[in-house]
Amino acid sequence: MSGLRKVTVTASVVLLLSLASSVFLLGRLDQMRTTATLEEVLYLNSPKWVRRLSLGYTGLLADIYWTRAVQYFGSHHVVKAKDYNLLYPLLEITTALDPKLIVAYQFGANFLAPKPPEGAGQPDQGVALVEYGIRNNPDNWKLYYELGFLYYVEKKDYAKAAEAFERGAKVPHAHPLLHVLAAQMAQHAGEIQTSRMLWQAAYATTQDELIRKNAVDHLRALKVDEDITELEKIVARYREQTGLLPPSFNALIGAGMLFGVPADPGGKPYKLLADGRVELQNPEDFPFVEKRLPPEYKPAPPKLH
Amino acid sequence: MSRVVHIAANTFREAVRDRVLYNLIAFALLLSGAAILVGQISIDIERLVVVNLGLTAVSLFGVVIAIFIGIGLVSKEMEKRTLYTVLSRPVRRWEFIVGKFLGLTGTLFVNTFFMAIGVFAALLYVSHRFQSSDAWILVALFFIVLQFLILCSLALLFSSFSSPLLSAVFAFSLFVIGSFAEDLRGFARMSRGLTQGLATAAAYLVPNFSALNVIGQVAHEQPISAHLIAYNTAYALAYSAMAICGAVLIFERRNLK
Repeated sequence: MSGLRKVTVTASVVLLLSLASSVFLLGRLDQMRTTATLEEVLYLNSPKWVRRLSLGYTGLLADIYWTRAVQYFGSHHVVKAKDYNLLYPLLEITTALDPKLIVAYQFGANFLAPKPPEGAGQPDQGVALVEYGIRNNPDNWKLYYELGFLYYVEKKDYAKAAEAFERGAKVPHAHPLLHVLAAQMAQHAGEIQTSRMLWQAAYATTQDELIRKNAVDHLRALKVDEDITELEKIVARYREQTGLLPPSFNALIGAGMLFGVPADPGGKPYKLLADGRVELQNPEDFPFVEKRLPPEYKPAPPKLH
Repeated sequence: MSRVVHIAANTFREAVRDRVLYNLIAFALLLSGAAILVGQISIDIERLVVVNLGLTAVSLFGVVIAIFIGIGLVSKEMEKRTLYTVLSRPVRRWEFIVGKFLGLTGTLFVNTFFMAIGVFAALLYVSHRFQSSDAWILVALFFIVLQFLILCSLALLFSSFSSPLLSAVFAFSLFVIGSFAEDLRGFARMSRGLTQGLATAAAYLVPNFSALNVIGQVAHEQPISAHLIAYNTAYALAYSAMAICGAVLIFERRNLK
């Protein structure tokens, strides 16, 4: 073997061995350091400083922070975490770097506001984030809609929700639904009809698949809540007339109170219990239902799409 | 004039021979990787990332090239003694400086041109079609080229009297300070007395790179006013001319023995 060939072979072998060992050692290092230590550190938590250090390239840095916020929320959401300490600071930095990044306000507020396990359970921070978005983008009606939505769904503050929709309705080129929502909110705030209208608006005002699916899930859940309320009223009426609870839906059909066995929006029949309550057969299909879930039912871990 | 063109052409050839354009490969990998990856790990910012990352990379790659090639333009020629051969012919010193400046800016222009093609290709990949607001990206690219004009002239200015290492430090520092130009102006407004005078002088002396950075605006499809384009162009040309004149004045008087 010539000298040059010997050096080539030796150097190639050493190179491959070194590469393999460095990969192996890195794996061991990752095991030694806990995930929490790596994840829960926000090296710079001042939006002002991050902005300064970006040397003017704020757009790219905002995209990086936004991706980090999405990853942070996703990784915590999937394990049903209750603690989302870094979520708001990450969103604050993202929007300070790029105040025009509308998606960060829209999704960010929906990450922050809902109660765990659906979200971080920080509705006040959600409102603060959207208000900051409105200050920087006063002509974007979607942010007023988002604010009204947060007040209505998460904070149950119907007056503030109506006010937000009203403010949004005054923005040039605002979606006409905002006028309707503002009026509806003022008159029928707590009613199921209002909730339905809100989720229909959520569906109609976006092209985003995730938001649309969420809206559809909520609309289906509202239909279940409405069905169950109605069916239990019929059961109560039957009891008043006969003095007995109906043993099955067939008894109600026989009495002319129902035309057939009622089914949920997925097509599965409802269950009529011995005490007259009506339940879903499979609550997993309707993650946002509030009425008559079986007592033993525990929601499954949320699915990330 | 033909002598200036010859020096510029040689500077361009030399940069190409130094494999400067190899950065295009890194740029292409970076952009295509980001275009494919971001859609999977983030929400709703595919187009934004392509524009932000593309333009930031065009700018930063160019800044590095402008500084690291610009600082060696004079000193390398002196080191290799080729400067003496050039100046022993009927070439004036100012022609040498201007030719070097044009050669480097030409290299950066070609580099930016290919990167711009990459940015638009990645944009087409993520958006599937172009829209009229994409034309503003061309304005952002034009402003980046103006940024390079200023940086090349500054690198050349420092290179005309200082060592390559110090020239790099000076040029990079001015790039950083110039990126904070608006903060510096704000600081000047808040100060009083002598500090105010000094801060105001510094704010007007350092190049204003922040006005040339419209990446965030074009990423959000916001238009750039014709006034800004006109003023930025005039400002960059005036500032570069000032720095080149400074380089010529120093180089004309420099003892090359």
